[in-house]
Amino acid sequence: MAQEKPLTEAIPLDGQALSLRGYEQAGGYQGLRRALREMTPQAVQEEVKKAGLRGRGGAGFPTGMKWSFVPMGSDVPRPKYVIANADEMEPGTFKDRYLMEGNPHQLIEGLILAAYATQADVAFIFIRGEYRLAQERLARAIAEAHTAGYLGKNILKSDFALEMILHVSAGRYMCGEETGLLNALEGKRANPRSKPPFPPVAGLWGKPTTVNNVETLVNVPHIIAKGFTWYQGLSRSKDYGTKIYGASGKVKRPGLWELPMGTTIREILEEHAGGMREGLRFRGVLPGGASTDFLVEEHLDVPMDFLEVQKAGSRLGTGTMIVLDDRTCPVGMTSNLIHFFAQESCGWCTPCWSGLNWAKQILAAMEAGRGKPVDIDKLSFQTKFLAPGNTFCALAPGAAEPLQSALKYFREDFERHIREQRCPWK
Amino acid sequence: MGTIYIDGKPYEADPQNNLLHVCLSLGFDLPYFCWHPALNSVGACRQCAIKQFKGEQDKKGKLVMACMTPASPDTRISLLDPDAVAFRAGIIEGMMLSHPHDCPVCDEGGECHLQDMTVMTGHDYRRAEFQKRTFRNQDLGPFLNHEMNRCIQCYRCVRFYRQYAGGKDLNAFSINNTVYFGRNEDGVLENEFAGNLVEVCPTGVFTDRTLKQHYTRKWDLRMAPSVCGHCGVGCNVTLGERYSLLRRVVNRFNSEVNGYFLCDRGRFAYEFVNSPNRIRTPQLDGEAISGEAAEWEFQNLTSSRDRLIGIGSPRASLEANFALRQLVGADRFFAGVESKEWTLITTMIDILKRGPARSPALNEIEHSDAVLILGEDVTNSAPRMALSLRQSVRQQPMEIAKKLQVPLWMDDAVREVVQDQRGPFFISAPFATRLDDIAAITYRAAPDDAARLGFAVAHEIDANAPPVPGLHEKMRAMARVIADALKKAKRPLVVSGPSCRSLAVVESAANVAKALCGFSQPAMLGLLTPECNSFGLALLGAHALDEAVALTGKDATVIVLENDLYRRLPLEKADALLGSAARVIVLEHLSNTTSARASLLLPAATIAESDGTLVSNEGRAQRYFSVFPHQAEVRESWRWLRKPQWSSLDDVLSDLAKEVPQLAAVVNAAPSSKFRVDGAKVPREPHRASGRTAMTANLTVVEPKPPVDPDSALSYTMEGAPLQPPGALQPFFWSPGWNSIQSVNKFQSEIGASLRTGDPGVRLIKPSGKGEYFTQIPSHFVRREREWLVIPIEHIFGTEELSQHAPAIATLAFKPYLALNASDAGSLGLANEGEELEIELGGAKHRLPAKILPDLPAGVAGIPNGLDFAFGEVFPTWRRIERVS
Repeated sequence: MAQEKPLTEAIPLDGQALSLRGYEQAGGYQGLRRALREMTPQAVQEEVKKAGLRGRGGAGFPTGMKWSFVPMGSDVPRPKYVIANADEMEPGTFKDRYLMEGNPHQLIEGLILAAYATQADVAFIFIRGEYRLAQERLARAIAEAHTAGYLGKNILKSDFALEMILHVSAGRYMCGEETGLLNALEGKRANPRSKPPFPPVAGLWGKPTTVNNVETLVNVPHIIAKGFTWYQGLSRSKDYGTKIYGASGKVKRPGLWELPMGTTIREILEEHAGGMREGLRFRGVLPGGASTDFLVEEHLDVPMDFLEVQKAGSRLGTGTMIVLDDRTCPVGMTSNLIHFFAQESCGWCTPCWSGLNWAKQILAAMEAGRGKPVDIDKLSFQTKFLAPGNTFCALAPGAAEPLQSALKYFREDFERHIREQRCPWK
Repeated sequence: MGTIYIDGKPYEADPQNNLLHVCLSLGFDLPYFCWHPALNSVGACRQCAIKQFKGEQDKKGKLVMACMTPASPDTRISLLDPDAVAFRAGIIEGMMLSHPHDCPVCDEGGECHLQDMTVMTGHDYRRAEFQKRTFRNQDLGPFLNHEMNRCIQCYRCVRFYRQYAGGKDLNAFSINNTVYFGRNEDGVLENEFAGNLVEVCPTGVFTDRTLKQHYTRKWDLRMAPSVCGHCGVGCNVTLGERYSLLRRVVNRFNSEVNGYFLCDRGRFAYEFVNSPNRIRTPQLDGEAISGEAAEWEFQNLTSSRDRLIGIGSPRASLEANFALRQLVGADRFFAGVESKEWTLITTMIDILKRGPARSPALNEIEHSDAVLILGEDVTNSAPRMALSLRQSVRQQPMEIAKKLQVPLWMDDAVREVVQDQRGPFFISAPFATRLDDIAAITYRAAPDDAARLGFAVAHEIDANAPPVPGLHEKMRAMARVIADALKKAKRPLVVSGPSCRSLAVVESAANVAKALCGFSQPAMLGLLTPECNSFGLALLGAHALDEAVALTGKDATVIVLENDLYRRLPLEKADALLGSAARVIVLEHLSNTTSARASLLLPAATIAESDGTLVSNEGRAQRYFSVFPHQAEVRESWRWLRKPQWSSLDDVLSDLAKEVPQLAAVVNAAPSSKFRVDGAKVPREPHRASGRTAMTANLTVVEPKPPVDPDSALSYTMEGAPLQPPGALQPFFWSPGWNSIQSVNKFQSEIGASLRTGDPGVRLIKPSGKGEYFTQIPSHFVRREREWLVIPIEHIFGTEELSQHAPAIATLAFKPYLALNASDAGSLGLANEGEELEIELGGAKHRLPAKILPDLPAGVAGIPNGLDFAFGEVFPTWRRIERVS
């Protein structure tokens, strides 16, 4: 049986966006029709819960459960909001961009369904400023959806109404954190908020708000249209559905592939990315974007799902890998990543703004041939210092992941930098 | 209450509080930065990390931030856990990466929370070796020095400035380790409470720029508990002195009054004490004489009692006023305030004594949940009260947070759920005020119309309150909205005062408060007083100043106590009063027009150099204490005026209590001079004060004897008991390991609550009856052809007399103007602001630049209160205004 690729199969190969007509012909907006015709909002939540859909933005929180936290009924605070988190800024991750540029209506339908399930009144797509093409296409698609009666008042002649607003972010990594996103949307500094209260209870402007990643949302129309049993059958693991996997780095064919959840790292790298470029050897991989721990050769047969990657000592994250080869300096790569995270620290909590900057300086010095033996201890200290719970949000603990695993798997490289007072790759 | 376990030992804790609050209240030393008792928790700095265990069996535990964790029953935590200890040291290490380590040249050194916390965590070795990040500093005006390199990014400054004080021009810029706390460009910080940043900032980013002019470390300051004398609110302050120079003012915590904060006038006005205009030697007919000679002259001039006229002062202590009254006799004792203002003050006292509504302390104002302000621009007339009023709008929306089970101490979370929802807050004032941004309704009206609104609100609450004749339907509707909100509130508050110079406004406020009290919950009535002891003087009893003019004559000796009559009376009346008298004796701090007319001029000690009692607008009597030992010929006014049998302040107070029963309680405002802690006096100097034997060594190698203070239980040196004295005698806050002002934690019964030994002050006014409704309702304001009703406009900087002699405040004082609304200005043919207008004031024509106040009602004009040529005018007053062509 040919593998099903519900999220991407309708995306034209010529780089154009799928039109409204094309989307409808491919079965688009059928999920919405079904939901509005025959399902209560709770039934939509239930369907998504049963499908076992987990958030694709990195944390893997069950989507249906997230929706169920939103207070329902007539006496709850209004307006309620749903937000598509399209602030894709994780280094090495570009899956949401592909989904939005290729099939903007799919996201719009997913977002409308999320709004219906939580009885939201206003939907936002919070999109990264650099995604110009996706912005243009989404703006056009939102207008088309309005004209076609998928948005606005009395959607598809039902009682359900929804306005959708495309918000172009000024851009910061922190905006990807859902509460940072909410602050940014309110026009404040994109600092994270304290939780509780969680956004489903008090989010945007203090009102119940659901924030979902783009890839998460595009799953929803298919789950509703075809049912959870079908959806569960797409997967090879206990985490259901398909996943957009990606690979970047010095592989032969970097790119994105929609594959069954639970496809192994080896299969993705060797069959889809075409293996390493000529003359290069695989040394390690960040399986789920820049803020995940390195995995190495021994982990190549790990299935890429939430549980298995975690067992191997890393996180599925966004499912888009960055591959390290044997001609690239692991210290330099780590230094680059930590530089990014330090630069993106919002400056709110001390461990993050101070610890990441210190680590950045130590790594840069090491690369420049000024490393000292004690630096390894200082870096190890930082990885513990930045542990989850010690910081205000997940940025710094995420940043510590590539650092701690690099120290574990590539310790010799760090020591060589210090011993030889230079970067051996330069 | 529940039980929590800290390092294995059980403690009682209120589950409504967070663990940092609980630990500090229990006396533990747990370091923190971003948390502030008035600003609550945000979890930014991560300094208060502790270990929390899931149960008795859990040995591993997890690091949590004490400030972000509720003290739920059975919580088990450890402060001493090695992971927590190491993490806290790591936080300091991180903060110090770019801190300049410039303590020896930093003004904060020696009272720096960052120093204290660094020592507390044990971080003492710098492992970092890279370049520090640096910033460009800003000129933020005359009050504050800015040194951003010292910043540790705790966010307290912007949280206080923006969220607590309502300021807009201080912000956090940029991200990462380069967050910059400043303005978008150099310039004077606009908020009236900016000076608090000196104490809010845990290190030396914001320091007192006036202190810098004559810098002294905290440990070298002689300090004394005092009361601010620059408005009627009565904030508690700590004065600091060295080498006979008053060096600075800091906040003195009083949970009922000013809490943790002061206004900028109160903080920076102190420099008037050091002014070159100070009168420091007695003068007889312009010739300097010795103190002894002056005393002899004074005895001589005042020995014939029937010819004495005493003019008291609302800015002098009760003791000084009482001494003068005793000297001249009650019949010839005058308030030093002209009759209109005096009637307002005495009426206000009367309302508070006879009416049902209680006058609130600032803490009660902060916790009121619906507010109506009638006729006051509080930020300019009683600034610190405005800060409390600003907090009141948070009370009702707190219910939203409670409903969502967000702990009220979790500040950012509460603000997120509350967003911009505010409790009911209504302002009726003739022009825009600095509290308008939190008001649901602002009504701009001439004084008579403001009063009519008040009367209408009262009538809406209680039909027995007199109705307003000819009430416009629009105003009735507004009154109904206000009345409904006040009626629904649990702790409604009405605020009014004398700024409009309108009895009707004050009476209408009294009617609203009375109506509310009859309705359900007891309402509060906050009445502002123009000066620091207006109520004290009124309780003492005196005649209005105008009446003195008739009594003066060739056989009269007029004694003027700390008062410039040319600010109180029209020029010709003041001239008549002083000019026709045979002799004029003036007791004063600073040279002024009145002192220039003195035949005998006696240098009077200021608040910083004397002990005395002031009665605030709340009706709270509070004692202030001298921070200067004996000052050559400068003496306390009561001492110049004293009866022979009085040798110390206690004697004056005991006579005062006997003579004026309603002031009997003032004796209890502070312990007497006989009071001892552990058999010793309370030291004004920290035990680390240096230079005792060296300070005067250039004059004599003999160590001077410690100066004696016969009037108080305080000693002038470091000798004394190192124990916590009664609140009224607390000379400064210091505790081992806590050198900064945040050491106040160690003196409170619980964090944020009263001092362990009691908050200073005794209330003298109790509402004792139901009061009567006032029935004199003015008809609505009708503008006149070619004439304007001129009202005075209060200014935080420039209106109050003494603070203008403080250089930093003088630079921010208002520039003279005449304000009109735009259409009135247009009708006079004005094209631009700043063009000159002519107006007759104080008997002469004056030119003033025009200022457009868009909200001023048509037919009303405003001039700043404090213009020297308008002194003595009785406002409001009708005047012609012409454009200067």
